[in-house]
Amino acid sequence: GVKYEHKEDDLWNKSDLLLKLNPVHKKIPVLVHNGKPVCESLVAVQYIDEVWKDRSPLLPSRPFDRAHARFWADYIDQKVYQLGKKVTRAKGVVHEAGKKEFIECLKLLEGELGDRPYFGGDTFGYVDVALVPFYSRFGAYETFGNFSIEAECPKLVAWAKRCMDRESVSKSLPDQRKVIEHVTRVRKLEGVES
Amino acid sequence: MANEEVKLLGAWASPFSCRVENALKLKGVKYEFIEEDLQNKSPLLLQSNPVHKKIPVLIHNGKPIAESLVIIEYIDETWDGYPILPKDPYERAVARFWAKFLDEKCLPALWKACWCTEEEKEKNVEEALGVLKILENELKNKKFFGGNTINMVDIAANFIGYWFGVVQEALGIKLANAESFPALHNYMNEYVKCSHIKEHLPPREKLVGFFRARVQATSSS
Repeated sequence: GVKYEHKEDDLWNKSDLLLKLNPVHKKIPVLVHNGKPVCESLVAVQYIDEVWKDRSPLLPSRPFDRAHARFWADYIDQKVYQLGKKVTRAKGVVHEAGKKEFIECLKLLEGELGDRPYFGGDTFGYVDVALVPFYSRFGAYETFGNFSIEAECPKLVAWAKRCMDRESVSKSLPDQRKVIEHVTRVRKLEGVES
Repeated sequence: MANEEVKLLGAWASPFSCRVENALKLKGVKYEFIEEDLQNKSPLLLQSNPVHKKIPVLIHNGKPIAESLVIIEYIDETWDGYPILPKDPYERAVARFWAKFLDEKCLPALWKACWCTEEEKEKNVEEALGVLKILENELKNKKFFGGNTINMVDIAANFIGYWFGVVQEALGIKLANAESFPALHNYMNEYVKCSHIKEHLPPREKLVGFFRARVQATSSS
């Protein structure tokens, strides 16, 4: 329940403010708290969890459980975006191999979820925050990958829908159709035929 | 308070494995080191890290933790003693940012620049110099990434502080000279003098020999 101001940046024409606040990577997101920038989304999420620690803790309290959560968030960070890009923006052999790896990655995550309502157990937590934004891209993955995520990973899709019942999630995520339009534009710019 | 059966699956020549040993020794934790043959991984390793099948893996009272930076934070949270991460949330965020940058951008770029073929050299060296310039800027007016004392970033930067020099020596190359990168060179000098670090590094001659053997193995294959 932290109040914040959202500034949309044009990633093809980055603002001076963005370049000043994140000179190393020149990327969004950048959280600016009392004038001080925090870059890298998972670093920012941990920062938020530590500063506003009395509200809805995202990381568990025990060190081993925290390590477990950090491990899986790191896995999601390293794999889901890059493999997803191969599904939506690559062609031919790279696309086919990327799609196979991507499905395996989702299945691994589904296995880790098991029968729990959330990756955080009974409560929505750090790993859920790390993964659920990719749900916005599921439409794009399915359209350009030509497969059904629900058929491959039904429990994962059920989890995503459960998360979307939470206002904090549904209000933060872009609409799936808008993401498909955006990816279609990017594919045209990059010369990828569908 | 932590209680104890601590094992580390690692490899003596790996900077990632060494990071974890450094953190454990800083806290004074007793542990059993198990050297893994990376060409023939043990069932224990494959069982403890089925996702990545890589070292290092810390096993504490039977429970495994993988990924060196995750392990280091676990060590800091479990055992008292030397503070590896700062207490202030903003400073922690800054430390995590730099540790991530080292792992995701620096090490791969430097490693590629050292080991790539002649054809790829120009592009890879340019990328490596790019990341080194960023580090040079961050280290200006600082003894260590952590300021006057080392923190998690310096533990993560052992490739910069030590391995990078060793690998270059083994390969007979020099990617970053002292004139262009004075702060980096100063960092490398201070790194191997720092009492919290120098005792935990593998012996230099042995490490140079290890990489020289790798060079010979790749050139004769």
